[in-house]
Amino acid sequence: MTRTDSRTALVELSGVSKHYGNVRALEGVSLEVHAGEITCVLGDNGAGKSTLIKIISGLHRHDGGTLALDGEETRLASPREALDRGIATVHQDLAVVALMPVWRNFFLGSEPRKGAGPFKRMDVDRMRRTTRAELLRMGIDLRDVDQPIGTLSGGERQCVAIARAVHFGAKVLVLDEPTAALGVKQSGVVLKYVTAARDQGLGVVLITHNPHHAYLVGDRFVLLKRGTMVGNHTRGEITLDELTSQMAGGDELDDLRHELQGDR
Amino acid sequence: MSATTSDVSDERFLRSSSPLQRLLTRPELGSLVGAIAVFCCFALAADSFLRASSLGTVLYASSTIGIMAVPVALLMIGGEFDLSAGVLVTSSALVSSMFSYRMTANVWVGVGVSLLVTLAVGAFNGIMLARTRLPSFIVTLGTFLMLTGMNLGFTKLISGTVSTRTIADMEGFTTARALFASTLTVGGTHIKVTVLWWLALVALGSWILLRTRAGNWIFAVGGNEQAARAVGVPVARTKTALYMGVALGAWICGQHLLFSYDVVQSGEGVGNELIYIIAAVIGGCLITGGHGSAVGSAVGALIFGMTSKGIVFAEWNPDWFTFFLGAMLLLATLLNTWVRRRAEASK
Ligand SMILES: Nc1ncnc2c1ncn2[C@@H]1O[C@H](COP(=O)(O)OP(=O)(O)OP(=O)(O)O)[C@@H](O)[C@H]1O
Ligand SMILES: [Mg+2]
Repeated sequence: MTRTDSRTALVELSGVSKHYGNVRALEGVSLEVHAGEITCVLGDNGAGKSTLIKIISGLHRHDGGTLALDGEETRLASPREALDRGIATVHQDLAVVALMPVWRNFFLGSEPRKGAGPFKRMDVDRMRRTTRAELLRMGIDLRDVDQPIGTLSGGERQCVAIARAVHFGAKVLVLDEPTAALGVKQSGVVLKYVTAARDQGLGVVLITHNPHHAYLVGDRFVLLKRGTMVGNHTRGEITLDELTSQMAGGDELDDLRHELQGDR
Repeated sequence: MSATTSDVSDERFLRSSSPLQRLLTRPELGSLVGAIAVFCCFALAADSFLRASSLGTVLYASSTIGIMAVPVALLMIGGEFDLSAGVLVTSSALVSSMFSYRMTANVWVGVGVSLLVTLAVGAFNGIMLARTRLPSFIVTLGTFLMLTGMNLGFTKLISGTVSTRTIADMEGFTTARALFASTLTVGGTHIKVTVLWWLALVALGSWILLRTRAGNWIFAVGGNEQAARAVGVPVARTKTALYMGVALGAWICGQHLLFSYDVVQSGEGVGNELIYIIAAVIGGCLITGGHGSAVGSAVGALIFGMTSKGIVFAEWNPDWFTFFLGAMLLLATLLNTWVRRRAEASK
């Protein structure tokens, strides 16, 4: 299941574990992210997917195993440090500030400024213009970047977050279930931007419940189950059917089928 | 990429807002309507309300609340409360007076020491909040009680009574009074210097909120602290700075108190913290954070000033004052909640 790759990975986790008190959220999980590739993390609810990416994005510290960025072993102290090292994350539950205008959200934490001394201020015009332009590049035509971002649809908000990460020159883009709450069409839009980001040379970590979405775009697949890694494959090694059945826990799915049919 | 433009953008037309709708989402709007209503009400009820001298009185009453309402509003936008703000004003005045009286010949030294002590209390609030992760209601309730006790305790210990000794004969008193408690005459109207302090703070508060990076952080930590932290906003630092802003306001108010009355009653200030919060809320600040404005807080303070003085001019029973204030608070909050629901409609 483990392979060695000639190139250094942008992010490499090996044997990482994480405990919340006495809850074991992760145990011995390994993952590689390469430039221009999409690594998919699959698993059921509570499998530890969000925990895994919170380690990559600097929100949590791992308890065991190693995290290496560009081949250099590190421990990320804060989300700020992760961002400074080129890891941008779009979290499942904490992506945007709903009441704030789109342009303020877009630049939050990295506001461009002009002027000097006490007159140092945000470059509001540039922020508005850039937000409009970057979203337009993603195919979202906002008439008013001043509207609260909470008034955008879920897919649009995801796209804003992705556009922000790409704009700030992230090397690694981490997306936690970007398509979970979306319809078929909007999922398509988001997946398209994920591949667009990959084509620009970013390494992408895509977390999802949906093996179909994963197989559409993924180059590597990491399967988690109750905090442990039950699979780590490259695209060539596995078919969609295998992926689906592994994820659902093949035998369990058969049992379920029997149960459901038995009820008829 | 462009293939998707149409299917995403066609939904946009339904959502694009008219200028009127956008006006409705301004945080100040509700309070502005309220202020005009209150003004008309008292203009009809009391002839004396429209006199120039009354204007000075109303503005003065508004300014003593307004100076604190600005930083309290910023703090509330940042998602926190400060229940110690009312007594901190008194503490600031007491420190200034008693330090000057005991330790030096020049009141300006006391004024400077008071600034440091007051800011330190603000920093204490902020750091406690960040370290303990307790709700700010609890942290600042603790500070409130401790300060109330210290105000009385230290004053009795140092002065022997519940009020401070006079410092009017000390060096620097006249200049300090000019800065904090003088009266200017503008076109026949007597305007207290606190009105200028108030206007300056409103301008500064608006500048910070609307045009600086710090303002962006304030909205963000109040609107969604986790999201703010995840994109690298220094949450603890922002909140501590907000508490120190409240302390700065308390220092200005405290020095005004000292230099206009010369002596300070150590039991004063209790209850004012709620009035500052009420002014901020009437002015459109969401109690849950993330939304509001400095101008709104000024309008809230103005409503407070007009009501408290208008009742006197109209020769009504002042017992009704709090009734008005309460009704205003409820109306303003209802309006604000409605606005927020619209803003978060699709969340
Ligand atoms: N802060 C926390 N404190 C304690 N336990 C936690 C915490 N965060 C997560 N957990 C636990 O860790 C386990 C993994 O959670 P995680 O959020 O990583 O799952 P997930 O795979 O992202 O699930 P979902 O698909 O529902 O998003 C769960 O059992 C959860 O209850
Ligand atoms: Mg999750």
